[in-house]
Amino acid sequence: MTLRQRLESILLPIAAAMSLVAFWAAAVRWSGTTVFPSPAAVARGIAELARKGLLLPYIRDSLLRVAAGYGGALAAGIPLGVFLGWHPAAARAANPVIQFLRPISPLAWIPVAIVLFGVKNMAAVFLIFLASLFPILVSAMNGVRGVSAMHRQAGRNFGLSRPALLARVVFPAALPEILTGLRIALGIAWIVVVAAEMIAVNSGLGYLVIDSRNAGKRYDLVVAAMLLIGVIGLVLNLLVQRVSRLRAVRWGFREETP
Amino acid sequence: MIPARKPLPGRTKLAIRGLQMAFRTEESEVRVLEDLDLDVREGELVCILGPSGCGKSTLLNIVAGFLAPSSGSVKIDGEEVRGPDPRRIFVFQERGVFPWLTVEGNIGFGLGRLARAEREKRIGHYVRLVGLEGFEKAYPHELSGGMKQRVEVARALAVDPDMLYLDEPFGALDSITRLEMRRELLRIWQTEQKTILFVTHDIEESVQLADRVVVLSARPARIRRIVEIDLPHPRDLSSRRYLELRDGILEEIGLAHKI
Repeated sequence: MTLRQRLESILLPIAAAMSLVAFWAAAVRWSGTTVFPSPAAVARGIAELARKGLLLPYIRDSLLRVAAGYGGALAAGIPLGVFLGWHPAAARAANPVIQFLRPISPLAWIPVAIVLFGVKNMAAVFLIFLASLFPILVSAMNGVRGVSAMHRQAGRNFGLSRPALLARVVFPAALPEILTGLRIALGIAWIVVVAAEMIAVNSGLGYLVIDSRNAGKRYDLVVAAMLLIGVIGLVLNLLVQRVSRLRAVRWGFREETP
Repeated sequence: MIPARKPLPGRTKLAIRGLQMAFRTEESEVRVLEDLDLDVREGELVCILGPSGCGKSTLLNIVAGFLAPSSGSVKIDGEEVRGPDPRRIFVFQERGVFPWLTVEGNIGFGLGRLARAEREKRIGHYVRLVGLEGFEKAYPHELSGGMKQRVEVARALAVDPDMLYLDEPFGALDSITRLEMRRELLRIWQTEQKTILFVTHDIEESVQLADRVVVLSARPARIRRIVEIDLPHPRDLSSRRYLELRDGILEEIGLAHKI
């Protein structure tokens, strides 16, 4: 990238975001609304949260829940997906169940989660686990299944045992697709944590949204929470994107040169 | 550069006897190979030539141990082939390189058992042999098709196999690169003394490279003829003998000389 392109890639999005905020401020003023907060009111709301010592604990709680649920999905989903991709018969047996469970919104599980775990942390973590499990599982399964026969034959030709073939050929070959699944799953996990916190727990950014509305219609705090959710989601996505730029997987994220 | 090679009275490396291959589908049976007999001598470069879809790749896959034949036997050094073996490496088109490994990583792929120093020495040797100095840390997607093909050949040679199986290895390359790669292959074959089985549908290619060309029929493949190419390397592609041999094979396959 030239310096000009680099500057543009930073400055243009900032300019777009600033014009959106300006439009928002103008819209609040012109409409004369007394319910919807202005950007300045939201900024004051964030400052108030920080002063009360709620801001960082809420962010931390949300992130910890995502880390636990997503981490669990990763630890369970990758091995299971690789196993199913490696054993077509097992995949044929499990696939109907997976395809049946997958379209059920994680939100539909909220009552079940509360019955199982109570209105506690574990309920939210369980929902995040469920929501991120399927994209990870399915991408690992498809990734392994899609490893080219040529690469597997080449691995066998060099005398690799089955475990070595899995570790040195099949897994690295499937990794780009698995990473795509991980990225999708993290996005979903971040959406689901907010929903889960609205119902199943008493802390976190999702709780902040619902609590601010219920306790005194503090829409400045509602929008503040929304902004924080958006910014953190953006950062999480950027972090995962970085992983897919690593050289050992970058081949899987671009058109192959002919 | 390369001295004339008389068909040597060498030891038989590969012996194929009564090889049959049929694929069964639900309604019918597709016969692919029919009663093939072939001997390949140690150090020989044999081209297997046939029209697309005739079963020549199937033949190579059986010899390499990736497929079991319906009947007949394939013996190497007197021993029945029962599966793939690192002493005999199959070279695919350039798509066989591992895209998640660097040039070095690919070439060293089969060298896991060696000590690190020895391994690095070997990698260095084969990087130089195929002319990829300076690209050791590059990933395949950063290389051209011809370079990827070199990586694959180097990866195969690095484990010091005694046979190489090449399945239309240069088919996806442009015609200039293809010529270069043929010259490289001959040079490497000469220095490394491998027995090479080379599958191609390109008549010119087979006459340029081979000690002998095994001409297969359309499916089910049988051996129509085995042509000795009694030309010294480097071969003059406009010499009378070259043209005679080429035209003989053209005729054997039943193709016209004019387009």
